Amino acid sequence: MTGGAVGRALLRIATGAVLFFMYAPLALVIIYAFSDTGTSAWPPTSLSLKWLELAVANTGLRDAFLTSIAVALGATAIALVLGSLAALAVARHAFFGREVVSFVLIFPIALPGIVTGMALSTTFATVGLPLGVLAIIVGHATFCIVLVYNNVLARLRRTAASQEEASSDLGADSWQSFRFITLPAVRSAMLAGALLAFALSFDEVIVTIFVAGGVKTLPIWIFQSFRLANQVSLVNVAGLVAILLSVVPVYIATRLTRDTGAIGRT
Amino acid sequence: MHHRRILAAVAITAIVMSACGGGSSAAPTTGGSQPAASQPAASQPASQPAASPSVNLPTSVGAGEGELTVLAWPGYAENGSTDPNVNWVKPFEDQTGCKTSVQVFGTSDEAFSLFTTNPDKFDVISASGDASLRLVRAGYVQPVNVDLAKNYADIFPALKDKPYNTVDGVHYGIPHGRGSNLLMWRTDKVKPDPTSWTDMFDPSKPWAGKVSVYNAPIYIADAAVILMKTKPELNIKNPYALDDTQFQAVTDLLRQQKPMIGQYWTDYALQQQAFSKGDVVIGTTWQVITNLLQAETPPAPVKVIKPAEGATGWSDTWMINSKTKHLNCSYLWLDYIVSPSVNAQVASWFGEAPGNSKACALTPADQTNCDVFYAADDAFWQNIWYWQTPEATCVDGRTDVQCKDFDAWSQAWTEIKG
Amino acid sequence: MTSGTRATPPELTPALAGSARRRLAAALHRRPRLRLGLLLAGPAGWLVIAYLGSLAILFLNAGWSRDPFTGLVHRDWTLANFGQLVTNPLYRTVALRTVGMAIAVTVTCALLAFPIAYYMARVASPRVRGLLVVAVLMPLWSSYLIKAYSWRQILSNDGVLNWALSPLGIHGPGLNEVGLWLVLTYLWLPYMILPVFAGLERIPTSLLEASADLGGRGLMTFRRVILPLVFPALVAGSIFTFSLTLGDYIAPSLITTTQFIGNVILANFGVPNLPLAATLSLVPLVIVTIYLLIARRLGAFEAL
Repeated sequence: MTGGAVGRALLRIATGAVLFFMYAPLALVIIYAFSDTGTSAWPPTSLSLKWLELAVANTGLRDAFLTSIAVALGATAIALVLGSLAALAVARHAFFGREVVSFVLIFPIALPGIVTGMALSTTFATVGLPLGVLAIIVGHATFCIVLVYNNVLARLRRTAASQEEASSDLGADSWQSFRFITLPAVRSAMLAGALLAFALSFDEVIVTIFVAGGVKTLPIWIFQSFRLANQVSLVNVAGLVAILLSVVPVYIATRLTRDTGAIGRT
Repeated sequence: MHHRRILAAVAITAIVMSACGGGSSAAPTTGGSQPAASQPAASQPASQPAASPSVNLPTSVGAGEGELTVLAWPGYAENGSTDPNVNWVKPFEDQTGCKTSVQVFGTSDEAFSLFTTNPDKFDVISASGDASLRLVRAGYVQPVNVDLAKNYADIFPALKDKPYNTVDGVHYGIPHGRGSNLLMWRTDKVKPDPTSWTDMFDPSKPWAGKVSVYNAPIYIADAAVILMKTKPELNIKNPYALDDTQFQAVTDLLRQQKPMIGQYWTDYALQQQAFSKGDVVIGTTWQVITNLLQAETPPAPVKVIKPAEGATGWSDTWMINSKTKHLNCSYLWLDYIVSPSVNAQVASWFGEAPGNSKACALTPADQTNCDVFYAADDAFWQNIWYWQTPEATCVDGRTDVQCKDFDAWSQAWTEIKG
Repeated sequence: MTSGTRATPPELTPALAGSARRRLAAALHRRPRLRLGLLLAGPAGWLVIAYLGSLAILFLNAGWSRDPFTGLVHRDWTLANFGQLVTNPLYRTVALRTVGMAIAVTVTCALLAFPIAYYMARVASPRVRGLLVVAVLMPLWSSYLIKAYSWRQILSNDGVLNWALSPLGIHGPGLNEVGLWLVLTYLWLPYMILPVFAGLERIPTSLLEASADLGGRGLMTFRRVILPLVFPALVAGSIFTFSLTLGDYIAPSLITTTQFIGNVILANFGVPNLPLAATLSLVPLVIVTIYLLIARRLGAFEAL
């Protein structure tokens, strides 16, 4: 059922309109990154590479970019382990409070970042731990767990537990069943979840502001650039780089979904 | 109506606190010379001895400890990360071996909250008057032996020994520079040229909806400065010392202004942009923002004045964390940052009047900067009210009434914004 | 009772790592409870200690008083903060305004997401579908701040939108609540499209054919078959659009002069008045909890 030719044409127009809505602001970022006058004039009178050159020379921007990658890797690693463990527990065991696990895992992503941020900064101060990279990783990992969890859980539900049972009937122990049956089945789901977690951590700003304690991640650098007039134009270059770099993980993610589809249908 | 309820709540809090004997505090306990931060200050905040003059001040500055963390207004401690050519942190590192990292803030309240939630983190801070005294009272900053900074002698006398940097004769830092909040407008949209802040408060003006206002409770004082002139019967002597009646009149004026507001700003690049794009056409600003707008291509048509009523402003002080592990580096920084040439660089980059009297005569450009910002013109500063934290014990010296404290100001500010 | 108490012959103790691992694995296999405990210990420990523990400490602050001059917290109990939350009409206004915005953004996102998700799932060829999934994912990867900032350039008085609309003689919404509604819808739209797309993709084609065979017209099939089946996915997407709007304070302060819950919490945190900020945080906590409970009942958790 596709609703006839008229319906299909309408759907196509609506899809095009939504895509335009989604991409026009990004296009603007790219145009401004090459506009000679930065954001102060529209339409741009002449194009230039000067913002690009300034951005490359800006050590603050470079350091912030590297910090963000380090933080996102740390948070993703924790989320990957904890999210997968929780998914295995929920998918393969019946226990009292199983319903609660999903609820508690999804809570950090639904509760406003400002509350999580204040909670962590207050706790670190109370316990006497310094804010900084560690605090940021803890904060990010907490709301990233659910992304891995959801992906892995969905996969586990589609992969029949009977395969693991068969494996153990054939004499494999728990570890072997996990290593040779479960892990290969969920590996791409874990990666897909990890990519989402990485993206979320890389871009997170609100929790980070509260717990950074002076550490500058890329979003913090961008946020602080709003304070410094001569730096605002570099923000568009940072945006341009982020847009270009996003092609890589998105490409990987779609390759993974293709795998997912194949595995899901066998 | 609910003001009274809040007052009642505060009073109850105070009673509960005194009943419990003050309780313990989440604040760091600092050196013996510091005031106990755990005292219930609700009733008599100003009566506490801040520090006895017999504090143990350092007597010499040794070699640097190799590290320093700075909390500063944007533009005060540039290390080349904003603009590769603007860097006075590097020479400091080279001279002293103190590797310096810098964090910036947008309002005094943000500075205070950053400093207090990271009590061990920042060795030195550039504090405006509305943050400095809170830091002193709470014990977060330590007394400073100004004799150990040889440049202290050259600081303009008008900046020294002020209530926000010196308590009971004890110095808590080195004055750095000062500036005035100014009235800026788009000459193509606001005619004739305004001469008074009242143009930002009259809803019948055609630019209603396009007014830009600094987003901090301390902005309430700007309205008080107006009423000092337009309603002399209120008898406001100091815009930071407002009793109930005065405060009511001031907040009424701000409520009347609310529908006119098109932007609350703290980040100056955003105010610059709003003026440039015509989202706002009149507002309270800093000289540096006007300079940036006039330097745009094409230049934004803006003018700026200090209106006839006078204005609020800031006078900043470099202070040292009471828990610093890098005391020598901190002293080295305090002396370095107010040295004539560095002070001149900061002043012209940020756009304010330098604190060091010798910062003006170094180069013709420095002299121009000093003239633009009235560095040595005492008459200009006569009607400028430097930011200062309001207290229940009126800061204008009145003892017959209670004034609204900073809490009440913050609460009112949130309510005015609605 | 446990494997540890089982006597191990001493000569076998320095066994190969492999065999020790095997025995552990065997023990785990015999004891699903133990296995479950080991699986859950990490995630549960993390969430309880790092997350719920932190929240508990924050909300403990809601009951504490503070020094009104320095803002430092005193560990003396007081109900004054709760009193403020309940009696001050400002907080009610702000909370209602925020929830209103969150609902408006969620509904708009759902309306915009449905056609494109439907096109992706049921009309487009597999190749086009793959491209569209990439197209929807991409904006998720570009910075939130940069997107919000870009919208400032669009909505400004001399901005791109007014420039584009000027030949028609009309004006854009400008930097105000209407503009913010557009911006938030824009920011969270991919979070709605992706689950709705997945939900639509899961509907078996046979079901739609059956509906058509039974005489169900397009609209009827949509209302009676598609909508009920995709509803959990819509609710799943709405968890993101609703809660992200509920807590945002950066986009509101970039685009408007209006205060939302996040702005008021931030303002109090900055004073600093941590006790009142913590008390105000109870508002989004309660709203989010209720929302999630409803979402779970509607089956949204399975559709995430």
